[in-house]
Amino acid sequence: MMDYETLRFVWWVLIGVLLIGFAVTDGFDMGVGTLLKVVGRNDLERRVMINSMAPHWDGNQVWLVTAGGALFAAWPPVYATAFNGFYFALMLTLFALFLRPLAFDYRSKLDNPTWRSRWDWGLTIGSAVPALIFGVAFGNLLQGVPFQFDDYLRLEYQGGLLGLLNPFALLAGLLSLLMFVTHGAAWLQLKTEGELRRRSAAIGSLTALVCAALFVLGGVWLLWGIDGYQVTSVIDTQGYNDTTGKIVAVSAGSWMTNYSRFPLLWLLPILGVLGFVLCALTMKLGRHALAFTSSAVAMAMVVVTTGVTMFPFVMPSTLNPNHSLTMWDATASELTLKIMFVVVCIFVPLILLYTAWSYWVMRGRLNEQFIRDNDKALY
Amino acid sequence: MDIVELSRLQFAFTAMVHFLFVPLTLGLSILLAIMETVYVMTGKTIYRQMTKFWGKLFGINFALGVTTGIAMEFQFGTNWSYYSHYVGDIFGAPLAIEALMAFFLESTLVGLFFFGWDRLSKEKHLAVTWFMALATNMSALWILVANGWMQHPVGSELNLATMRMELTSFAEVLLNPVAQVKFVHTVSAGYVTGAVFVLAISSWYLLKGREIAFARRSFAIASAFGLASVLSVIVLGDESGYELGDVQKVKLAAIEAEWQTHPAPAAFTLFGLPNESEQRTDLAIKIPGVMGLIATRSLDTEVMGIRELKQEHRERIVNGQEAYALMQRLRSGEAGEGDQTRFEEVRSDLGYGLLLSAYSDDVANATAAEINQAVEASIPKVWPLFWSFRAMVAAGFSMLLLFALALWHSVRRQPEKSPWLLRFALFSLPLPWIACEAGWFVAEYGRQPWAIGEILPVHLAISSLTAEQVLTTLIAIGVLYTTFVIIEMWLMQHFARKGPSGSGYLEDDTESGYPISTPSREV
Repeated sequence: MMDYETLRFVWWVLIGVLLIGFAVTDGFDMGVGTLLKVVGRNDLERRVMINSMAPHWDGNQVWLVTAGGALFAAWPPVYATAFNGFYFALMLTLFALFLRPLAFDYRSKLDNPTWRSRWDWGLTIGSAVPALIFGVAFGNLLQGVPFQFDDYLRLEYQGGLLGLLNPFALLAGLLSLLMFVTHGAAWLQLKTEGELRRRSAAIGSLTALVCAALFVLGGVWLLWGIDGYQVTSVIDTQGYNDTTGKIVAVSAGSWMTNYSRFPLLWLLPILGVLGFVLCALTMKLGRHALAFTSSAVAMAMVVVTTGVTMFPFVMPSTLNPNHSLTMWDATASELTLKIMFVVVCIFVPLILLYTAWSYWVMRGRLNEQFIRDNDKALY
Repeated sequence: MDIVELSRLQFAFTAMVHFLFVPLTLGLSILLAIMETVYVMTGKTIYRQMTKFWGKLFGINFALGVTTGIAMEFQFGTNWSYYSHYVGDIFGAPLAIEALMAFFLESTLVGLFFFGWDRLSKEKHLAVTWFMALATNMSALWILVANGWMQHPVGSELNLATMRMELTSFAEVLLNPVAQVKFVHTVSAGYVTGAVFVLAISSWYLLKGREIAFARRSFAIASAFGLASVLSVIVLGDESGYELGDVQKVKLAAIEAEWQTHPAPAAFTLFGLPNESEQRTDLAIKIPGVMGLIATRSLDTEVMGIRELKQEHRERIVNGQEAYALMQRLRSGEAGEGDQTRFEEVRSDLGYGLLLSAYSDDVANATAAEINQAVEASIPKVWPLFWSFRAMVAAGFSMLLLFALALWHSVRRQPEKSPWLLRFALFSLPLPWIACEAGWFVAEYGRQPWAIGEILPVHLAISSLTAEQVLTTLIAIGVLYTTFVIIEMWLMQHFARKGPSGSGYLEDDTESGYPISTPSREV
C-alpha cells in the first residue's frame, strides 16, 4: 500500500480534515449558541434558533470527539502533550461542553422562564468558551509551548493557564470565536425568516469583516513578531519516531520558510481573507447559501494556513526546541496508521452520506408559528 | 492524597457517573426499537406512543450520557498523559474507530429519531431507530476492546527506540478474549438496566391504576426482554469468570479471597469476612468445588491463591529489575554483546520491574525491603473486591427472579392483580445500577496496581501535574456532576410521574417533530 512517509503525510492531512469538519458543522452550532441571547430577543425566537440545529448538534459534536480520538491514535505524543500541557484550558472547555447537551435537551422541557434563561446561558457558555479556547490553543501552538521530555519520554510541562492567555493567542481565540459566530449567523439565514434572519445577516456581515481583519493582522504579527521553528538536521521520514533526536533552530521569519519555498501556498491565506469578505458581501445581498459556503471555505483556509505555516511542526517546544513534535516523529506506528487509514476510507464517506441525508430530511426554514404548533415535541 | 490517588479518584468518579447513563441508553435504545417494530408491524398507535414516551425519558438520560462521555475521552490525555504516550498507538485506535464507526451514526440518527417522526415514512423511521440502537451497541464494542486491552494487553510490543508500545496485531486486539466476553456481558447488563427501568415505572402506573393499557404492554415487553437479557448476563458473567481464571489470576484470587492455593477443584466462598492482615477469611461459608468449575472448567486444575501469586510476582519483579537495567543499557547505546538477546528473554517482566519505581529511584538496584513493598502492592485490596463482586451477583440473581415472575404473570395477562410483584419491580429499580457499578469496580479496582495489565503500573501512567491541580478539577467536576445528576433525576421522575397521558402522548396523536411542508422558502 503506502509507505510510512506517505502515511504520515496523509494523517497530517486527515487531522486537518477532521478539524475542518468540526469547524464547518459544530462551528455553526457554537456560533448560534453564542448568538442565542444577542439575536434571539424572546423565548420563541430563541427556540427557533435552538430548533434550527436541534436534529444536528449531536452528530456535529462527534467531529470534535473524532478529532480527539484520531489525535490519540495517530499522534499519541501530541495528544498526550497537548492535553496534559493545556490542562486547565481543556478542563474549562470540558466544563463548558458539559452544558451543551443538557441545555439542548432540558431547556424547553419545563415552562419556567428562570429555568429556560439559565439553560440559555448554559448554551451560550457551552458554545462561546470552547470556540474561544480552541483558537487560544492554536495561537499558542504557533508560538511554541513550554515542554520537554526526559530520557524515558516522560513529559515535563512548565506553564499554567495564564501563560496561555498572551496577546497573540487571544487574537487567535477571538478569530476562532468570531468565525464560528459568522458561520452561525450564516446558518440562521438558511434556517430562519423575518427579523431573526435580518438580525443575523447584520451581525454576520460585520463579524465576517472583523475575521478578515484579524486573520490578516495575525499573519502580519506572525511574519514579524513571532519566532518560527525549523528542523536543521536531516529528518528520517521513513524511520522510527525519534522525537528528541533532531536539531531545531528558532528564528524570526522561520514560519515563512514554506511560503518562500512554495509561493503558491500564499493562495491559501488569500483565499481565506477573500472567503470572509465574500461572506460579508453575500450576507448583505441575502445570498444565504453562498454566504454559508464562503464562511465554510474561509474557516477551512484558516485551519489549512495554520497547518501549512507550521509544517512539519505540530507542537513546537520553547523549553527545548529539539523536543518539538513534528508530523514525522510524533506519529503512531506504521501498522496503526495503516489500519486507521483504511477505517477512515471506509467510514468517512459513509458518515458524509448519512449526515447529508439527515440534513436533507430536516431541510426547510423554521418560524415562531411552527414552534407554537409543536410546543411539546420540540426543544 | 498524592497525585496518583487523586488522578485515580477523578477517573473513577467520572467513569462511574458516566456509567449511570450508558447502560440505560444501551437497553432503552433496543427496547424503543422493539416497541416501534411492533407499531410498524401491527399498526397499533399505542406502540408508537410507547416509543415516544419512553423515548422522551431516553432523551433525558442520553443527554447526560453524552455530557459525561466527552470527559472520558479528554481525560486520558489530560490526566494520564504518560499512559496516552506509552500506549496511544494501540489504545487510541479503538477509541477513534468507535467515533467513526458508531458514535457518528448514533448521534446523527438520534436527531432523526426525535425530530423525524413526520418527515420519514414509518419504515424509514423504524430503520433510523434500529440503526441508532445498533450504533449504540457498536460503540460499546470498541470501548470494551480498548478496556479489554488494558486488562489483557495482547497484540503489541514495547519499542525501545520510541519508548512506546506499538501494535503488532490488530486482529489480536480486536479478538482479545477478555474484550469479547466483557462486551457481551456489559451490553447484556445494559439491556437488563433498560428492562428494569421500563418494568419498574410500568409497575408504578399499574399500582396507581393509571395508564393501564400502556403500562401492561410495556410491562410485557420489558419482562420478556429482561428475562432473556438477565440470563445472558449471568451466563456470560460465568464466562468472564473463566476468562479471569485464564488471564487475570490476581483479580480472581482477590474476588474470591483465595489466600492460598487449595487442592482442586477450589471451593466458592459464598460469605465471609476477608481479613487482610491475617491473610484469611473469617466466618467463611464455602460451597465445595464450584469455583474450580467456574474458573477452570475442570475438576483437577488448581485456582492460584494470593500467597502463591505473590511468590510468582517476586520472581517476576527480580527479572524485571534485570529487564530494566538492560533497557537502560540498550537505550543509552552502551549495550554489550548478548544484552539484546537477554532482554528478549526477560522483557515480559519489564512491567514488574517498573512496579519498583514507586519505591525506589534506582530500580535495577532496589533493596530487598523495596522489593517486598512492591510484592505486597502487586495484589489489590481483597475486601472491596470480595464485597462488590457479591453485591453484583446478588443483584443479578434478584433480577433473574424478578423477570421470571414478571414474565410468568405477564403471560397470564394479569400483572396488575399481584401488587406484591409490582412493588418488587418498583423497588428493584436501583438493582441494575448497583450491579453495573459494582461490576465495573471489580473490573477496574481488580486491575490494580496496573494501568495496563503487567505492562504499565498506574503510578507511572499519570500526567505532569501537581496534586493541587488535580484536586481543583476533581472538586469542580464533583460539583458539576452532582448538580447535573440531581437535575436529571428530578426531570426523570417529573416526566415519569406525568406519564404518557400527562405528557400529551395519548390524546394528541398528531403532534410531531417537523412539518412536512416548509413554512416558506422565499429568499
